[in-house]
Amino acid sequence: MAKHKATATATKKSDVRPAPAVTAVEMGARQREISVSEFFTKNRHLLGFDNPRKALLTCVKEAVDNALDACEEAGILPDVTVQLEVVAVGSSPLLPASQATRFRVTVADNGPGIVRQQIPKIFAKLLYGSKFHRLRMSRGQQGIGISAAGMYGQLTTGKPVKIISRTGPKTSAHYFEVQIDTKKNEPLVHENKQIEWDQPRGTQVAIEVEGRYQKGRASVDEYLEQTSIANPHVRLTYRTPEGETKEYPRAYHELPPSPKEIKPHPYGIEFGMLLKMLQDAKSHTLSEFLASDFCRVTPALADEMCKAAKVSPKAKPRDIRGAIAETLYHTIQATKIMAPPTNCLSPIGEKAILSGLYRQIKGEFYTAVSRPPSVYRGNPFIIEAGLAFGKAPDSAAKPEKPSQPLAEGEEEEGDSELARVIRYANRVPLLYQQSSCATFKAVLATTWRNYGISQSRGALPAGPMVIFVHIASVWVPFTSESKEAIAEYDEIHKDITLALRECGRRLGLFLRRRERAASEFRRRNIFELYIEEVVEACNRLKGGKLSTEKLKAQLQKIASTKTGGIKTDETLGKTGAGPEGLPHSIIVTAEGVDGAVPSLPEGSHVIAPQTDVSGEIHKEVKKPSTKQGRKQPAKKAVGKQAKINPITVPSIATKGGSSQKQAGKVRKGSKVHLTGKKK
Amino acid sequence: MPKTKITKNGVVERKLIGLADLVITAAQKAKDPTMAIPIRALSNVSFNERKGLLEMGDKKQSRSFFNVGMAKKFMQTILVADALSELQRAELTTSLREIYYRTKHTIQDSHENTFDTQDESDPIIEDLEVSLTALREELHVRAENGGSVVGPLVLGDDGDRVDCAKLGKGGYSVPSIVEPEYVEIRRCTADFVLLVEKGTQWNRLSEDKFWRRYNCVLLTGNGQPPRGVRRLARRLHEEYKLPVYVLVDNDPWGYYIYSVVKQGSINLAFESQRMAIPKAKFIGLSSADPERYELPRNVGIKLNEKDIARAKELLNYQWFQKPAWQAEIKRMLASGLKYELDALANKDFQYLTKKYLPRKLKEKDWLD
Ligand SMILES: Nc1ncnc2c1ncn2[C@@H]1O[C@H](COP(=O)(O)OP(=O)(O)O)[C@@H](O)[C@H]1O
Ligand SMILES: [Mg+2]
Repeated sequence: MAKHKATATATKKSDVRPAPAVTAVEMGARQREISVSEFFTKNRHLLGFDNPRKALLTCVKEAVDNALDACEEAGILPDVTVQLEVVAVGSSPLLPASQATRFRVTVADNGPGIVRQQIPKIFAKLLYGSKFHRLRMSRGQQGIGISAAGMYGQLTTGKPVKIISRTGPKTSAHYFEVQIDTKKNEPLVHENKQIEWDQPRGTQVAIEVEGRYQKGRASVDEYLEQTSIANPHVRLTYRTPEGETKEYPRAYHELPPSPKEIKPHPYGIEFGMLLKMLQDAKSHTLSEFLASDFCRVTPALADEMCKAAKVSPKAKPRDIRGAIAETLYHTIQATKIMAPPTNCLSPIGEKAILSGLYRQIKGEFYTAVSRPPSVYRGNPFIIEAGLAFGKAPDSAAKPEKPSQPLAEGEEEEGDSELARVIRYANRVPLLYQQSSCATFKAVLATTWRNYGISQSRGALPAGPMVIFVHIASVWVPFTSESKEAIAEYDEIHKDITLALRECGRRLGLFLRRRERAASEFRRRNIFELYIEEVVEACNRLKGGKLSTEKLKAQLQKIASTKTGGIKTDETLGKTGAGPEGLPHSIIVTAEGVDGAVPSLPEGSHVIAPQTDVSGEIHKEVKKPSTKQGRKQPAKKAVGKQAKINPITVPSIATKGGSSQKQAGKVRKGSKVHLTGKKK
Repeated sequence: MPKTKITKNGVVERKLIGLADLVITAAQKAKDPTMAIPIRALSNVSFNERKGLLEMGDKKQSRSFFNVGMAKKFMQTILVADALSELQRAELTTSLREIYYRTKHTIQDSHENTFDTQDESDPIIEDLEVSLTALREELHVRAENGGSVVGPLVLGDDGDRVDCAKLGKGGYSVPSIVEPEYVEIRRCTADFVLLVEKGTQWNRLSEDKFWRRYNCVLLTGNGQPPRGVRRLARRLHEEYKLPVYVLVDNDPWGYYIYSVVKQGSINLAFESQRMAIPKAKFIGLSSADPERYELPRNVGIKLNEKDIARAKELLNYQWFQKPAWQAEIKRMLASGLKYELDALANKDFQYLTKKYLPRKLKEKDWLD
């Protein structure tokens, strides 16, 4: 091989005249700074702008992530409105959403707002943000999100980003139109004025972009739906480009606990990072630096490490370079240091996951597990998993009606559907690169058969099931810049697996119990069938002088006790009692809902703009149970619910004039079926 | 009808009604209605060597209503009991098949039948026979007629005089119930009874008037002899002290037929008391006969797997433990062949009548 290649090159060389040699001077003339913006233009796929469909999603995602981050950091229950509008290109007429190529993405929040001076830089300067320089759990990390979206819009449509922001009812709202100077990576302000805005506080950003709108997998619709599952504390309104309004009411009225900022843990840094930290250190001595710039390093431990690395604890941090720094680095890595604190993490919580799954997904069984915090490479993280299983009782009943006997070789439809995995990192849905994600791999590696779910080798488990996996971390290890898949660290894999197993175990219990109940029920049916015959025959034997009703009743009673009695009824959902022994689970039957359906009162510390009535669960509960421990959803609210005060945003032009006309059909966050495969 | 029958009816009917009472009492006590049914299998059968017959043990299986595996059978048992009690009241007799049709219907609000085939109802009648200790004829259930008799024998049937010596070669068809109330033995001058397994060979003997020459009663059951045939043989044996000889094919099934005649069947061991003929003799075809009577090997049939397995089973039955019998069966296994009675025709059409049986009787060549 090598030989061949060599000859080939040799021939080529003799054929083609060698390029004229370039001098260092000439090269020097070509060497210049590559602006980040230029880099972006060429590498937009790295940031999620690979194709028009994905680009549209990324724009929505960046703006929504920011809105949620900002609200949560400010302690505000988020109210977010997302609007997608078709925009005409030039003088050509408006195309239907499915064919349009240009859209306006408008996202409005009720967050803290942005101070006037910061607005241009935030929206028109790449790598500018508040989240990069600290270790705190948040959706955005690199300060590249919203400005990249703006820049993509600018590149594809030439239109500036339009921002309205207001920091409180006493200040006035500011309106900005900004673009990015792609060479200098500096903002260009086209418009800057005070305006009247009917929102007391919040931010609205509108970007015009080239895009494609298509429903289904990895669509804006799916992203928002999944966002609402993992963020039940958010009230989300989505105006689709087709003029429909989807409401995702708030199902959980408590903000996630605010995550604490932490210092880096020594195990989590790389050598280069240590060098940089040494250079930037404010401390006067090495020992002081180690103790103050890292978590879990006490002054005593700092001294000890210096001693072990044979450096003076009194040395100036800036003087530590080269071989000494390397020794120090390795010494630090070899020292036993306590794991980082985990209060920097804010898991979604079992109750909230449950309410999110329950609200968005039709099923019969729901469960959620939050693992205790764990650490990978000095970074604390928490894994949460959830599961929604089954078909909604009403939909499950329907296909059974035409109970035609199946011909040989015929199969019941829908038996082969596979589970759907929904993945999250810091509450943000991950919609791409599923198969390279640690969460997905852990789902595959779990032996679902142990829990009564069928699963082919190396495949997803089969069944009407949604598997939810969330990783919360101050630094989520993505496999790439586009933040689409989670890297497979052993610690992470292990924790996901443990969480999935617990979910599976509970599902298995549920299924087994239901199966047992069903077979008891079948047994009882058999008995009931025969009781009639036996009673009649006995009556004839006794010459027709028997009190048949009495005998029948007596036998039926025995049949019922012999087949699990009330317990069977319960499991079959005939009495409406709660699911026992299954923590953090909800069981839904045709007659009602059992389990801890969370419907928490609104916390008083929360600044919520309007009274929310969205705690209701849209399932008819026919037989309200009086049994303790069963939380009744706020059914009374159902009637009033439909009225939702839209966030009236004047700058979002409504085509039909009034926002009500524009809204089209108002659907309450419609529940989706577990899998999209069904015809 | 004779009085005895009526009183018996009363007893049997009361026993049947007892099943309804069992359900009613259990229901009142909130207990699962359960009946105990003697087990009709080898495990519950013992061979009484002194009496020379099979006796049923007292092992019972319970049949409960509220047990998924038994619920249907329980229901069926009550239905059959109901049909049987109807027969008692109406003083009718019927066949197994009619019982099946009488009790078969679709269960209300379902697509399920009470019985799907007669194979389900027949064993239930046997269950009732054993658990109520009522004989089948007491239950007014007939088996299919399946036997014939010729010979110097005069019977009374429904007041008709039946002279079995004057019925041509077809003979008298033995009814399934031959109890004295139904069939009277008015006269019998025979010296012995020859019970032939196969109808074809019985025909041969009847046509050749073998019975006249050797003064015997010729009986056949066309295979496994039905109760009527066995009972008639037993009555002739008991009431007229006639020896009974059994002539069967030389194969494991032939041996078993002989053993059923002699000491009773495993399935209905409780009937042995009045059916078995412990002194019955096995006259042929023996595995020693092919050699003794020079039957060519090519009229034998190779034993198949089932034959071999069945023969080995027989070897283990307590009532086949006599050395002569062990030798008999082992000889058959060793030869690997079985012989039908019909094979004797290879020598001569009348070989059975003219040579084989005469020599057997003369040499007293039989097994006990
Ligand atoms: N809707 C908003 N409300 C308040 N602050 C915002 C909003 N959007 C963005 N910001 C601020 O702008 C910064 C930059 O945002 P972005 O470019 O998306 O990067 P990142 O989210 O990774 O920090 C954020 O860190 C945040 O401080
Ligand atoms: Mg961001």
